[in-house]
Amino acid sequence: MLINKNIKFFIPNFENSRELPFITSGIKAGFPSPAADFDETRISLDKALVKNPHTTFYAKANGQSMKGAGIDDGDIMVIDRSIEPRNNKIAVCLIDGEFTVKRIKKTKEELLLMPENNDFQPIKVTEENQFVIWGIVTYVIKNV
Amino acid sequence: MYALVDCNNFYVSCERVFQPKLNGKPVVVLSNNDGCVISRSYEAKDLGILMGEPEFKIRNQIKQHDIHVFSSNYALYGDLSNRVHNLLHKFTPHVEMYSIDEAFLNFDGMTIDYNQYGQQIKMSILKWLSLPVCIGFGSSKALSKVANKIAKKYQERTQGVYVIDTEEKRTKALKWTKIEDVWGIGYRLSKKMKAHNIHTAYDFTLPHYEAFIKSTMGIVGIRLKYELEGKSVLELEEPKTKKNIAITRSFAQSITTLDEMKERVSTFATVCSEKLRKQKSCCYGVILYLRKDNFKTQKDRYSFYKMETLPYASNSAITISNVAIKMLKSIFEEGEIYKKAGVIVTQLIPENEKQFHLFEEENPKHQILMKVMDDYQKKTGDRKIKLGVQNLEKTWTMKQNHLSPKYTTRFEEIFEILC
Repeated sequence: MLINKNIKFFIPNFENSRELPFITSGIKAGFPSPAADFDETRISLDKALVKNPHTTFYAKANGQSMKGAGIDDGDIMVIDRSIEPRNNKIAVCLIDGEFTVKRIKKTKEELLLMPENNDFQPIKVTEENQFVIWGIVTYVIKNV
Repeated sequence: MYALVDCNNFYVSCERVFQPKLNGKPVVVLSNNDGCVISRSYEAKDLGILMGEPEFKIRNQIKQHDIHVFSSNYALYGDLSNRVHNLLHKFTPHVEMYSIDEAFLNFDGMTIDYNQYGQQIKMSILKWLSLPVCIGFGSSKALSKVANKIAKKYQERTQGVYVIDTEEKRTKALKWTKIEDVWGIGYRLSKKMKAHNIHTAYDFTLPHYEAFIKSTMGIVGIRLKYELEGKSVLELEEPKTKKNIAITRSFAQSITTLDEMKERVSTFATVCSEKLRKQKSCCYGVILYLRKDNFKTQKDRYSFYKMETLPYASNSAITISNVAIKMLKSIFEEGEIYKKAGVIVTQLIPENEKQFHLFEEENPKHQILMKVMDDYQKKTGDRKIKLGVQNLEKTWTMKQNHLSPKYTTRFEEIFEILC
């Protein structure tokens, strides 16, 4: 504060400034919208389909082997890499450096990658294979 | 306790996420314009490919050893870097993004087995993103950097995680660290240090060199000494807004005409304004920088700065570009050969603290137009809307002969998986 005889000058302090919206459209007087109290944000597919955005990737399906599971050629798959793989889940697998999408079937004796189309054979994962479960398919987006 | 998490051969590792077949094979990533090598896989390092080597010099080796070459794909690296930093928040709330492939973490107040926790972080990032990292722990940032170097150098023995938690380990680590590898000691400083018989980080901390360090490096050197002694003086830096923004470029082909130069300067000004809007700032000062080819000019002076203060703070491309061009017209000399130019914006203030002026104010339509430009760029990733003086074709064309898809930032470019 600077004092100059009769006038006091105050120096504004911006350190704790609070932002207020500046409404350019002006404010109308009248009956307020009854819906305003029930304000909700619109449905976001992003939020609904992606639980863990930083570990989620999208990929396009190429091929028909998972037709029975609803994954057709050209569909977009939502893949979450932070989900723990479990028996019967549909997974993006890396087998000897190649990507493939299959259903995981684990029995006491063996690990199988199951297609969902009779034209394809199950893949048996053996100790010789380099095998990683890359992520779990959580949703499929298709054009109908 | 601090930790430094560093992604191994980050750009190469990013390319391998979506092309896992390249694991175990030699891979290099080239700089903008496919100029020189800026990231190498271990296999490429073993073949003797050097950091910074120009692409044309290694063409034979590329053919001979079937080295996989990529142009830099910053959309991909930026997104994956962002994911790493966000995921690190799962392990501690205190994360500092230090660079695109490094982050400092702080664990004060947490009682944990650091080695085990480090392994957990490392395994998680590998599982979630397929990115290999090394982690170093130490009681200061500088020590965590040293520990990280050890973890990286002896990956088999350390499993990629090293903790400096005893006096014995600290001394041993410092004696092992060459002075040129110490955080903040560049090439020139290390030469000076060596001339003074300081060859390792350990030498640097010896009491009888303190006066020399103080005289050559000032307080920065003393702080570094404390840090290496294990006393933390550098805290985590929260993301801050920048105080200046500069866009300067050397030209591939020298510029001799005002029209050509106007185009460049206007483009630099536009990018500055874009960056201002991104961090929600406005600038008062605009600086123009020109540099002539000092071998070809007849005059003594070859480097020129001019500054102008705006009547109002602005982040409009139009305003900043107009001021820059006005300055350019006043200092540009026809017939001279220019090698480099730049636009720097200074005296930044937050957008919301902008004061309104009585007599002179920016046309409010600028803000609306800028928003349209920003939204368009966000949506399409292209800088297609430009000012009239800018060149539509030339501006951002780069040589990118080995560019991989923008797997994570463009819907049309997501990767395909065989089903």
